[in-house]
Amino acid sequence: MTRLAGFLRDRSILVLALLLAALVGVIAVIRPGTVTPDWLANTLLFAAPLGLLAGGETLLLLTGGIDLSIAAVATGAAYLLSSNTAAIGTPAALLLGLALGALIGLLNGVGVAVFRVQPLVMTLGTGLMTEGAMVVYSQKIIGEEQRIPAAIVTLGSGKLAGVVPVDLFLWLPVAALLLLGLRRTGLGRLLYAVGDNQAACRLAGIRVWRVLLAAYLACGLLAALAGIVLVGITNAADLSLANVYLLPAIAAAIIGGTSIFGGRGGYGGTIVGALFLTVLDSLLTLLDAPEPIKQILYGSIILLLAATYTRLTD
Amino acid sequence: MTAALLRRHATLLVMPLLVAAFLAVTVAIHPDFGAFDVQSLALGALPLALAAAAQTVVVISGGIDLSVGSLMAVANVLAASTMQHAGFGGALLIAALILLGGALAGAVNGAVLVFSRVPDVVVTLAAGFIWGGIALLILEQPGGGAPQGFLDLAGGTLGGAWLPNALVLLVVVVAAVWLPVRHSRLGLTLYAIGSDRTAAFRSGVGVDRTRLIAYVVGGVFSALGGLALTMTTGIGSPLSGTYYTLSGLAAVVVGGVSLTGGRGGMAGPMFAAYILTLIPTDLIFLNIDPNYGQVIQGTLIVLVVMGGGLATLLRTRA
Repeated sequence: MTRLAGFLRDRSILVLALLLAALVGVIAVIRPGTVTPDWLANTLLFAAPLGLLAGGETLLLLTGGIDLSIAAVATGAAYLLSSNTAAIGTPAALLLGLALGALIGLLNGVGVAVFRVQPLVMTLGTGLMTEGAMVVYSQKIIGEEQRIPAAIVTLGSGKLAGVVPVDLFLWLPVAALLLLGLRRTGLGRLLYAVGDNQAACRLAGIRVWRVLLAAYLACGLLAALAGIVLVGITNAADLSLANVYLLPAIAAAIIGGTSIFGGRGGYGGTIVGALFLTVLDSLLTLLDAPEPIKQILYGSIILLLAATYTRLTD
Repeated sequence: MTAALLRRHATLLVMPLLVAAFLAVTVAIHPDFGAFDVQSLALGALPLALAAAAQTVVVISGGIDLSVGSLMAVANVLAASTMQHAGFGGALLIAALILLGGALAGAVNGAVLVFSRVPDVVVTLAAGFIWGGIALLILEQPGGGAPQGFLDLAGGTLGGAWLPNALVLLVVVVAAVWLPVRHSRLGLTLYAIGSDRTAAFRSGVGVDRTRLIAYVVGGVFSALGGLALTMTTGIGSPLSGTYYTLSGLAAVVVGGVSLTGGRGGMAGPMFAAYILTLIPTDLIFLNIDPNYGQVIQGTLIVLVVMGGGLATLLRTRA
């Protein structure tokens, strides 16, 4: 039993991947003919924004932090993009959206890294600020033209040759960057080190605040990017666009094996976690589960996976 | 001696002054501010203050509860859907049962996180999903109701026009639940496990048991918050609670309770709930888009915690 537990502990991604495969199997059995290349493409398409959001969250969880402002940032970036495209053109509007991500990310980073504020409160505050500012902004520009650039719609919902989702061309490089960055670069190792033992890092002469600042900035940018992809999928920016993704993004990282206490985990698990949650969602939709039941099952499964994982690693 | 005493009770001194300052500003910009406005302020602050109370107990014990709002929603829809045709006595009985249910729900949250050893944030996050689903199962659309006598527990005034029932009710219920806890062995152990779990354990405190009880007390406050929502809105709404998880946490932070646990009291967050309710009111009086309220609320949280961080930083440098 202990040997089995040890085996599973070292291969938690494998376990989750098996669960994912089982989930796909369940779908194939209860609704034969559903699992087609087309279905697969759609699943990947919808998983991409979640994967991007969860990527930022993974970086922060590794440092022992968390970001509750990502949903507001993603929504804000999408809204800025759609309401400014007509006036200043696509590239400038895109930059504006990403700038919002960078700004809030930096603000979070300064609060957490320099002022040593608990990440949960800091990002709660900046999230409220961003969300409120967007509501005020939307009142100011009411009646102005909302336009989603065609390129963004293609990015969010297009499929190359009818099978390969276009947003994969954004998600895959980002994923490669995060995977390699965490494993092979100095900054990546420092993220783990800071999350594992901040005091030791300080004594070792590491400028912890720089590491944290970089992580929060990256998370803000990833959130803005996710919002831009998301608005391409929905083709309409409203002020609650990304709200439903906040908890799944954190959940994807956690069930992917990243510890909320920092220092343990990685983006590989998060990717599987994001796919798992997307497939779970599509299974519940297939079953015609009413919204309340969906929510209850979703919460229970996250809890169950987190509990199992904690048992294995303790 | 006096300085130490002052420092220990700084929030008790600062928070009432802050509320008074906010009220003074309100009266200055809106000279008509009268008994009716005080009453609606107390009504608006009641659910938020109770949400903050629920969060305060858990935060003092070193945890955090992200399911407060959903639990409030469950209590809210349960009350509105069962009280609709009940008399006043029946409504009170139902309210008592719902408080019991709140304690039970808190115990479930606490038991799951103690036995699974999954961090508080994750458990209560997932629990928030689950309670939210249950609220939707009970009442899909906003509806239901409660007898007028029950609504009057919060509405209306006591004696003179200047003492709203909602304020009296808040003081009475919070004191009734919190004072016995605070001034018993349990209160001491709550603070002990919040400030240093290992030290508390080595001093013979039952850490798991105390954590669980913190969530039970939090559950009772959440249920009270849900009942308050029924009183102030008159109906049940399955999505009514979502706002209160984060706003309650905001009130806790502004009220001077340390999120690392073990420090702070119940009074601070109560005053903070009034301040957070006054801000949008003032903006309306000033003819400013009340949506700025959320921006200000967020900025306030950020400034408060950054100021706290700076103070700690300066103290450790000195």
